[in-house]
Amino acid sequence: MNKLALISGISQAVIPVFFLFVIIYGITKKVRVYDSFVSGAKDGLGIIMKIFPYLVAIFIAVKSFQASGAFDAVKSVFSSISSHFMIPPEVFSMAVIKPLSGSASIGVFTDIVKTSGPDSQASMISAVIMGSVETTFYVLAVYLGSVGIKKTKHLVPVCIFADIVGITLAIVTVKWLLF
Amino acid sequence: MNVIWAVIMAVSIVFAAANGRFDAVTKAMFDGTKAAVEVSLYLAGIITLWLGVTKIIEDSGLIHKISHFFAPLFRRLFRNIPPDHPSITSITLNCLANFFGLGNAATPLGLKAMKELQSLNTEGETASFEIMLFIVLNTASIQLIPFTVIGILAQNGSANPSAIVLPTIITSVISAVFAVGTLFAVRRLMR
Repeated sequence: MNKLALISGISQAVIPVFFLFVIIYGITKKVRVYDSFVSGAKDGLGIIMKIFPYLVAIFIAVKSFQASGAFDAVKSVFSSISSHFMIPPEVFSMAVIKPLSGSASIGVFTDIVKTSGPDSQASMISAVIMGSVETTFYVLAVYLGSVGIKKTKHLVPVCIFADIVGITLAIVTVKWLLF
Repeated sequence: MNVIWAVIMAVSIVFAAANGRFDAVTKAMFDGTKAAVEVSLYLAGIITLWLGVTKIIEDSGLIHKISHFFAPLFRRLFRNIPPDHPSITSITLNCLANFFGLGNAATPLGLKAMKELQSLNTEGETASFEIMLFIVLNTASIQLIPFTVIGILAQNGSANPSAIVLPTIITSVISAVFAVGTLFAVRRLMR
């Protein structure tokens, strides 16, 4: 745990130290850092205005999907399949929710850890999915929305393919390395 | 995205009808709009902060140092971006933020990178290859130490929460290679 605490300490220091470095470097290059900061910062709200409608669309979809019972139905279909392959059924709730929502996936993950134990196979696989699969649909909506791109060609299928590969590998690597 | 969004919404509403949960879904939709407002307010501040900091990086010429350092890697991946273009800095900083698990720095820098990549895009509302590549790199989420996850495991009494680090790195690196490889393969096939 000590090594972990050290790494976590370094990671907490990264941003402040980086800011300090940027400001000092700027001053040595005779940049008016305050004016420079403000002139860059003025575009911030414009970006938010552009992504806001996309955020609303994504959030109402994710929330309704969970509240309607559709998420539970998808889970129960997957869990009946997973028992044939010796995969803990909880893994599939993780696999379905992680690409959709970051905060919802933290909730689902915490629930899995609490109900099946922190060192269970279900928890370990879910943990690897948490760390290695991104909130794909959120990233797609926000990043594409911010610049107004509507035609995405084969981007969405490639991202979904990468998620499926990631989830499969999470199951394989945990079973192979930890159990 | 059109298909996916429509399917999720339609499935949700049909399930709501079947389960008699119209009230819950109506409430969920309003909760969704509230969550969107909260997230964008939260993002507004940090995007502004990072845009300010990266402007200092550009004005002081630090951008050239950063892009030179990472040029060998990014020149191979992003061949159509001119050297010293500001997008290289944003892409680099976004990838570093992802790598160190600094989630709230990664999104603002990613949005800045998108804006700059879009300025090089000649196809208007169609995603360019560079934009697709950048998004795929982001959704692959290569991360050194997943702190949030380890934290939750440790809190709940895991014997060895950092055991997941190695499988997580292996998984994300291989899936990133797969995704980037697919993107290049599709481009080759389409020519």
